[in-house]
Amino acid sequence: MSASSNTSNSSSSPKQNKQSFDFFQFLYKYGTIITIILLIVIFSIANPAFLQWSNIENILRSISIVTIIAIGLTISLSVNGFDLSIGSVASLANAVVISMFVWYGQSTLIAILVALVAAILVGLLNSFLIVKMRIPDMLLTLATMFVIQGVALTYTRSATISENMIMPDGSYSEGMITDVFSLLGKAPYIIILMLVIVFIVHIFLTYTKHGRYMYVIGGNEEAARLSGIPVNKYKVLAYVLSALLAAIGGIVLASRVMQAEINAGENYLMDAVAAAFIGLSVLGAGKPNALGTFVGAVLIGILANGLVMMSVPYYAMDIVKGGVFALALAVTYYKLK
Amino acid sequence: MPQSILKMKNITIDFPGVRALDDAQFLMHTGQVHALIGANGAGKSTLMKVLSGAYTHYTGDIILNDKKIEIRSPQDAKELGIQIVYQEVDTALIPYLTVGENIMLNKMVNGMGKRQFIQYSQIHKEASSLLERLNIHVSSRRLVRTLTLAEKQMVLIARAISRDCRYLILDEPTAPLSNTETDQLFEIVRQLRSSNVGVIFISHRLQELFEICDEITVMRNGNFISHNQINEVTIDSVVEKMLGKQMEEQFPTMEREVKEKVFEVKHLRDDEKVEDVSFHVCAGEVIGLAGLVGAGKTEICKALFGESSHLEGIVKMHGKTLNIRNSNQAVNYGIALVPEERRKEGVLVEEKVSTNLTSAHLSSFVRRFSFLNFKKERTVSAEMVEKLGVKTPSIETKLSNLSGGNQQKIAIGKWLIADADVYIFDEPTKGVDVGSKKDIFTLILELAKRGKSIIYASSELTEIVGITDRSYVIYDGKVVKELQTNKTTEEQLLFYSTGGRDS
Repeated sequence: MSASSNTSNSSSSPKQNKQSFDFFQFLYKYGTIITIILLIVIFSIANPAFLQWSNIENILRSISIVTIIAIGLTISLSVNGFDLSIGSVASLANAVVISMFVWYGQSTLIAILVALVAAILVGLLNSFLIVKMRIPDMLLTLATMFVIQGVALTYTRSATISENMIMPDGSYSEGMITDVFSLLGKAPYIIILMLVIVFIVHIFLTYTKHGRYMYVIGGNEEAARLSGIPVNKYKVLAYVLSALLAAIGGIVLASRVMQAEINAGENYLMDAVAAAFIGLSVLGAGKPNALGTFVGAVLIGILANGLVMMSVPYYAMDIVKGGVFALALAVTYYKLK
Repeated sequence: MPQSILKMKNITIDFPGVRALDDAQFLMHTGQVHALIGANGAGKSTLMKVLSGAYTHYTGDIILNDKKIEIRSPQDAKELGIQIVYQEVDTALIPYLTVGENIMLNKMVNGMGKRQFIQYSQIHKEASSLLERLNIHVSSRRLVRTLTLAEKQMVLIARAISRDCRYLILDEPTAPLSNTETDQLFEIVRQLRSSNVGVIFISHRLQELFEICDEITVMRNGNFISHNQINEVTIDSVVEKMLGKQMEEQFPTMEREVKEKVFEVKHLRDDEKVEDVSFHVCAGEVIGLAGLVGAGKTEICKALFGESSHLEGIVKMHGKTLNIRNSNQAVNYGIALVPEERRKEGVLVEEKVSTNLTSAHLSSFVRRFSFLNFKKERTVSAEMVEKLGVKTPSIETKLSNLSGGNQQKIAIGKWLIADADVYIFDEPTKGVDVGSKKDIFTLILELAKRGKSIIYASSELTEIVGITDRSYVIYDGKVVKELQTNKTTEEQLLFYSTGGRDS
């Protein structure tokens, strides 16, 4: 039987190659990248300043926080999870790191470490409730999103933390944000940090055993379990990494604005979700991947930047952003059908 | 209803890389049960999907009562009275609605006209009368979620005949059923036949075709091979047509040496199905866990693999007591389980063949710092595909593009790469055609020859007799009898697995 089947296979495979160029397949693989190129062309024609290095640097700087947070989300997506709490974790880390400087006069290292530890605790809490209590991840992280948001607000007493702020007892705060810390949010460091994170996570997900395990879990959890993969361990890892990267995003944000506004991280959630989902289809990956997420973030960044340059009012921006997101998803899911 | 004739002529259909049907033919009358058989990937299901309107890009003619008809959507097929019950019953049912609502789903959706309110009393009345007509004893007010698989299937048959049904396609309906449930299903099929419905019956269990069918069509590699009255053929001649060659001895024999005791289970029980199970298996030995569907074999296999709660009893390997609390530990101890529900539990349909094959033993495909060794992965995967005779364009192909039988081979191949000491096979031949079955038996015996211990759980008693050295009969979660296979018969196994006792 196998002999005859082999011949039927080999005789039919050239037919497949000859088969007409599949437009949607092509669009699926390269649609995002083509869109980016098109946007660059359109924007640079509309305004030559668009292609100047200072503006490119500007775009990269503006997407770096979204990218870092979205990369964390990508990791949770790779185990077929969904971490909605990343925005609040970024807010929390932002508040914690600034308060460490301003309220407690801590060193850079301590400030960052405390913020990261807080994030790890959130990640552990998330994964405990998901893995042990078996709460569906999207619902659970929606719940923790509120909790963490509230914790951050309570911690800051719903006030913006900044240098020389007025403390509850009427005095001025004395702690200063260190100069080293302020560098973190400036180009080129912020861009380098983003690229390093994208690179490391890409390597981790694609080229290591652990990344492969995560995709296996995302593909079929039951099969993964029966293959002997410690599913729960990897889910915990995914949610901790997700929270950790969200916290790094929040810390970088803190360095960039040098203060902690209330709910500063919230705005990044939806952009991160958009970036990660646009990234699903990049180069035909068909699954969450770090490079795709980066490309997704670039698309969003270019769009926002270009629209500003074309003097589209800020209040109309979300219409375009949402429209492009819908388009990207249409291309992805039309093919999947 | 007068008798009607259905003809399919020169049906051809292409999928990327494969011509699934090549000039296929089919002919049948109402009031008959027609068997459609062929090896995995022969095109039976594809042909029936064409007939039921699921595949629309075919070429060729479908002729009903000398009139050429067009079936280009499931709706077309249904309106012509062609109904299908797919093998995966769960995909067609809505679990949180009642039996009645599921049966009358079509009427609730399309038969409402301008009415806005659903009359539940009417729905349940009509559903109950349908159930009664088929002699199905399920209340129409029960939630579908609470039904057994067999009952769900019956609900789907009831739904199929809730509208005009001249032809009913049953795609491997008996595969998941126990013997009693199969008998019940046959009763329903006979009833349909006597009310002038043409039933198309796809199955891999050749035996039962002779029990229920009137005519038989054989397909191979997308081609029509033969159409006969069932009394003109024998099992052997059918198999010969299916495979295109004479069937050799189905069970290969291999000289093996049974050595020391490797794996031992004593008084295993959990708080659900497993009750007091004890057995042992030696190096190079194949033991059978024989029992009917629902006897608890799957539960025992899962329990050994740490997938069961509140496990009691002793599991020993090489004389050392194991403490298996989850599947990860089981794998580390050197136990492998090829699960019964392979598509659900054994493979990653959205991943490549190579990713699937290496997923159970990825640690051997890594270099320093857990970096994957892609070259080794490709080489080993290609070897395994070759060895198993998997029909796939390449090892980069997504599993969802392979046929069911080939996916199963991948699920088994995964564990062959993983190199365990004790292999547990749970119904490894379920839904596999005769040709591939032999490949699988050969693989299993080769493992035993290499000194592995094999636990072979199956409800196919022929296989238990054909392949095992010793067997334990499972009945209601308990081991009721240990038998030397060469001194036993299928009848004896059946006797014990249906609850028979030594007097």
